[in-house]
Amino acid sequence: MSVAVVRFPGSLDHDSAARAVVAAGGTATFAWQDDAELPPGTDAVLIPGGFSYGDHLRPGAIASRAPIMDAVRRHAGAGGRVLGICNGFQVLCEAGLLPGALRPNATLSFVCRQVQLDVADGSTILTRGMGATMSVPIKNHDGAWYGDPAAARVVFRYRGENPLGSTDAVAGVANARGNVVGLMPHPEEAVDPLLGSTDGLPLFRALASRA
Amino acid sequence: MTRVVVTVMPREGVLDPQGQAVQISLDRLGFGHVDNLRIGKRIELDIPGDDPEGQARTMCEALLANPLIEDFTIAVDG
Repeated sequence: MSVAVVRFPGSLDHDSAARAVVAAGGTATFAWQDDAELPPGTDAVLIPGGFSYGDHLRPGAIASRAPIMDAVRRHAGAGGRVLGICNGFQVLCEAGLLPGALRPNATLSFVCRQVQLDVADGSTILTRGMGATMSVPIKNHDGAWYGDPAAARVVFRYRGENPLGSTDAVAGVANARGNVVGLMPHPEEAVDPLLGSTDGLPLFRALASRA
Repeated sequence: MTRVVVTVMPREGVLDPQGQAVQISLDRLGFGHVDNLRIGKRIELDIPGDDPEGQARTMCEALLANPLIEDFTIAVDG
């Protein structure tokens, strides 16, 4: 299955995201922000982490208005799978494809460390192969999700503590249909025992799967 | 051409850690009597044509502000 990794000026984690797709048995292609269409044969979309447009105005705000996002919107509207990680999560919220917004961390600092998550909703097509918990790193400055958890489909929560100060300890959400998922932690950095965790692999298997 | 100033502020009730940090610093400098310090953005732009205020409002809704977490005001330089 072919996963299009969407790049913007300032994307950073596209290579590790593509490696995670390959580790999960998929193939990865790259799409550029100015492209009008996703690469031919795209089955799923992955928006990676980074600091698109230098986080100017608001993180993800400018990238979310790039031409490729119209193609991502059509893909999601047709039920296609979309995963946004870190800045990709911010882009999906700014694009209106996911509920809520990402605010500066309550600590007003860049937070970089391993965290434990609860998989709060394992019934979406992207999270259904996951265990009850996962160990993944976070690395961000504006990762505090803000929104109405009752109106959102919360799929990941920080376990035991709330390192960024997000509403209701939310770490990731899905759209109502469950085919679009975004999270601030980095599952692509948890796909190999050398990285200390392989808990991210099921997410990429689900992304790269047709089932 | 009309000079328009858009002010974008974090909405009431939305945590403003930047404002909090600056207020704590002011407190250390002896300005402990100030309260409710909040930090936003000021955006200046020249808009040609009719209804610059209406155009600016459309731009705020399209990009300049995120209504979930921010409020905006528009001032037209007369």
